[in-house]
Amino acid sequence: MALALLCVLGVLVNPRFLGLENITNVLARSTFIATIAVGQTLVIVGGGLDLSVGAMAALVSGLVILFLNSGLIADPTLLILAAMALSLVAGALCGLFNGLTSTLGKIEPFIVTLGSMGIFRSLLTWLAQGGSITIKSSDVRAAYSQVYFGDLFGVPYPVLVILGVAILGAFILYSTAYGRHVRAVGSNEDVARYSGISVARVRTITYVLQGLCVAIAVIVYVPRLSSASSTTGLGWELTAITAVVVGGTRLKGGVGRMWGTIAGALILEVIGNIMLLSNLVSEYLIGAVQGAIIIIAMLAQRGLARGR
Amino acid sequence: MTPAAAPDAPLLEAVGLSRLFGPVEVLSDVSVAFRRGEVHAIIGENGAGKSTLMRILSGHLAPSRGAIRLDGAPLALRGPVDAERRGIVLVHQEIMLAPDLSIAENMFLGRELRRGAAVDDRTMNARAEEAMRVFGVDVSVTVPVQRLSIARRQLAQIARALGAPHRIAIFDEPTASLTPVETGALLKLIRELKATGIAVVYISHRLEEVKAIADVVTILRDGKHVATSPAAELQPVDMARLMVGRDLLALYPPRAPAPTGEPAFVVSGFNAPGFAESASFSVRPGEILGFSGLIGAGRTELFEALFGLRKGGGEIRLNEAAQRWPDARSAMNAGAVYLTEDRKGKGLLLEETVATNLTLAALERFQRGPLIDRAKEGRALDEAIRRFDIRIGDKGILAGQMSGGNQQKLLIAKMLLLDPKLVVIDEPTRGVDIGAKQQIYRFIVALAAEGRSVIVISSEMTELIGVCHRIIVMRNGQIVGEVAGDAMTEHAIVVLATGVDVSAGEAHK
Repeated sequence: MALALLCVLGVLVNPRFLGLENITNVLARSTFIATIAVGQTLVIVGGGLDLSVGAMAALVSGLVILFLNSGLIADPTLLILAAMALSLVAGALCGLFNGLTSTLGKIEPFIVTLGSMGIFRSLLTWLAQGGSITIKSSDVRAAYSQVYFGDLFGVPYPVLVILGVAILGAFILYSTAYGRHVRAVGSNEDVARYSGISVARVRTITYVLQGLCVAIAVIVYVPRLSSASSTTGLGWELTAITAVVVGGTRLKGGVGRMWGTIAGALILEVIGNIMLLSNLVSEYLIGAVQGAIIIIAMLAQRGLARGR
Repeated sequence: MTPAAAPDAPLLEAVGLSRLFGPVEVLSDVSVAFRRGEVHAIIGENGAGKSTLMRILSGHLAPSRGAIRLDGAPLALRGPVDAERRGIVLVHQEIMLAPDLSIAENMFLGRELRRGAAVDDRTMNARAEEAMRVFGVDVSVTVPVQRLSIARRQLAQIARALGAPHRIAIFDEPTASLTPVETGALLKLIRELKATGIAVVYISHRLEEVKAIADVVTILRDGKHVATSPAAELQPVDMARLMVGRDLLALYPPRAPAPTGEPAFVVSGFNAPGFAESASFSVRPGEILGFSGLIGAGRTELFEALFGLRKGGGEIRLNEAAQRWPDARSAMNAGAVYLTEDRKGKGLLLEETVATNLTLAALERFQRGPLIDRAKEGRALDEAIRRFDIRIGDKGILAGQMSGGNQQKLLIAKMLLLDPKLVVIDEPTRGVDIGAKQQIYRFIVALAAEGRSVIVISSEMTELIGVCHRIIVMRNGQIVGEVAGDAMTEHAIVVLATGVDVSAGEAHK
């Protein structure tokens, strides 16, 4: 509903807002955050938090590009497919690291992922020797760019990716036993334990799923700029968490709204877009507006809860 | 309303109090008068309106209609702080202490003693120690509250409430988690309060206790005032009848004779470090075994360790097969379940629906591929509601909105979905009203009749004597004895539990 309101506002501010080109652009740009936020929703519902997603995205992007540059496989299509697989494996491993460290090491996820955030980002900076890693072969670049800029029956691939990941995320959270276990663990760890649920396993898997979501975001992100540097994915973790919270998921865990998360990610992107298209507020204030949105969203939720 | 013509005018008076929650009237037109130096018990089943009445009197809730009078003057309480300032303190049923702070820090929270700019920890600790000693409890007041047992937290909470200056003290089920010895100390304290002219309001399910302590008893049922009469004129059985509104059949169901046969569950030399040492016992199929002891005797901890819920080790055999249970799941797979005493903290997800809670431990039985089979889940819920008489108007209700009795029935139903051979129930009737209690005892006996081995851990000796074939008593982490058949008397258990023969004139320290 808030999203619809914003769209109306968008049209009022600038008629170009509803142009097909603009909408496609907004959706495509929100792919990264939306995809990552789906994973973040699972992690948060399970009572965790992952601050490392932005840095993880940077590291995985770097690894993927290095692999593309290695020329191990001659055929560009096969090479790109292998790079995608590598991305998923790398993302899952990063997530596994976060998950195991926080559950087996019994460390607050905030601390663990704060640590891994530093590790991941610094590894990328080291791989890039402080600069950026860019896809060298123009053939590969051209072939891969289809993933971001191409479309299927007129629907851009990134939009399909958001839809696919969100449906899968919602399916996991709402329809599977695992999803219910995630909610139970986030809602009350003791009850889960006394009900014979392995809290450590359930939580670790949320991090692995988060890693996979980051990997999917990377797969779509790499063809966009064809390079990765130490500023890749900077601040994504906070934007993703914002999307989750604005979407109505409780930060303490136990209650999750997968479609709310998607709406949250779109709201954030739409706001940015409106501000770019209008001249009302300086675009440098995007961060402030997004910050205000979080607070307003929370106040609105509290008001609704009290009204009940 | 008859005017207060009595020579001793009421100190606090509820006049025609009503309270609506949405369209539901949970309290309707209740008038009660509380006098100085009098213990006034309020009894009734869960949902009778006791808690609502207390929350109104202590300023936590505003009445929809009616008035409160203090010293004959109308009083509009702005909140609990306002009530406390006027000398009305409420000892909550739920533990409301900051878990990371110590007993002393909690006791003086918001009214810290100062020396200059700093807090005066030494004096506060000394006073807290003194307050706890009244209960005959030897406990360090500087340990964080979360490391204490529920009983000690309860005592700390009572001490905290009474630390404020007060004229009216309201106790909401203060003994729900206390053992007989601690209960005795609390009742003594209440008599002392009464002697100093304080008006005491006492809410309890335990009718024997009400009979022992109260001067006046008021009975509520379905939000309405049923009767107020001097305690001397009422026997517990009369109170129960007035509460339930019909004659109660015998509280305890008839028991099958104690089974003979080989034991199904055998524990030998089991240790739960810091809580229980070399525990050895066994239970037969169809047998109901009780575990008694004072709070802190290590009963709950022993079973939590057995079920892999805390550290421990020793030999466990179930139906001849050696067992190793590193977590609750492995015990469940072997056919053993443990129903926690901490229903709200460890047993149920209070913010989830009844169905979600019901199937949580046995979810794999409700899966079709990766999906949860909601239809099957719904059928299981209907079955559980029917079999265990879980009373909910709306199936979408959250577990946290249910009464204590219904929560306990739900917890039993949840664990029985696993069709266990061994069922351990810890404090099955804590916070449960008398009607539901009677049903739960029947469920326990029925479980044994189905050939399951049942272990009941309880602080209420009468219920263990009422349902068990045999009772094991623990003291300080050790199994110190066992009574069975006609030898199961409160006296025999107390002697074993305390190590002191009370009747011999030697009082507990």
